[in-house]
Amino acid sequence: MQIASRHLDKITIFDVTGDIDLATSPELRKSLLRELRELHTPRVVLNLTSVRYIDSSGVASLVESLKASRDAGGRFIMFGLNTTVRQVLQLSKLVRVFEIYDNEEQAVAP
Amino acid sequence: MLCVVRGALSTLAQTLGFQEQECHAVVLAVDEALTNIIRHAYKGKNERPIAASFRRIQVSENGSNRAALEILLEDHGVTVDPKELCGRPLEDVRPGGLGLHFIRESMDRVQFHRRNGRNQLRLVKFIRDSKPQTSC
Repeated sequence: MQIASRHLDKITIFDVTGDIDLATSPELRKSLLRELRELHTPRVVLNLTSVRYIDSSGVASLVESLKASRDAGGRFIMFGLNTTVRQVLQLSKLVRVFEIYDNEEQAVAP
Repeated sequence: MLCVVRGALSTLAQTLGFQEQECHAVVLAVDEALTNIIRHAYKGKNERPIAASFRRIQVSENGSNRAALEILLEDHGVTVDPKELCGRPLEDVRPGGLGLHFIRESMDRVQFHRRNGRNQLRLVKFIRDSKPQTSC
């Protein structure tokens, strides 16, 4: 898994590539929580277009990030979920809890 | 190594005739089961051995035989408390505790045993396209 970050005004976009699993989710969790808790970025956007797979440890990292953003009064947004990733979120019954968009344009819209 | 197992298992599931969504489900279940073994039975030590076997079987159900994929996972880790295998209510939005839920939702049968100092997990998923064969 690879993570790259971009900045757009007060928005940080993380572009993730590869699989999010037991081995890689700690790195994603660390990046997201640093952005939300330490840098206090008001809107953090996760680009999952190139993510092929996510497991429960990855979902746990997303839930923790969502909670951190709510605690800080910010927004945690995801876009570009493929069928496999969406299927896992649906299985967790969390798909409605997250703010999810189809593409980046919608995710960064005012 | 989990990604290697996922890749191999996906190919196996396709070969056995599972549809795309079912292939994802089988891969997810086994990935979560292996993750649980590493995390709980082996306390995070990912170099410990896990034996895995996969075979096509016939399962008797309501007088009919159905084709299925049987997956057996075996480890030498600590005994897992059955209470830990109960999962948690999904209404409680918090990190963790989803792995077992994913396994149960993805597979048709999930059985756990402790035998001869080993944890054994048996997972079964029916091959939907296979037509039931009535027993004589």
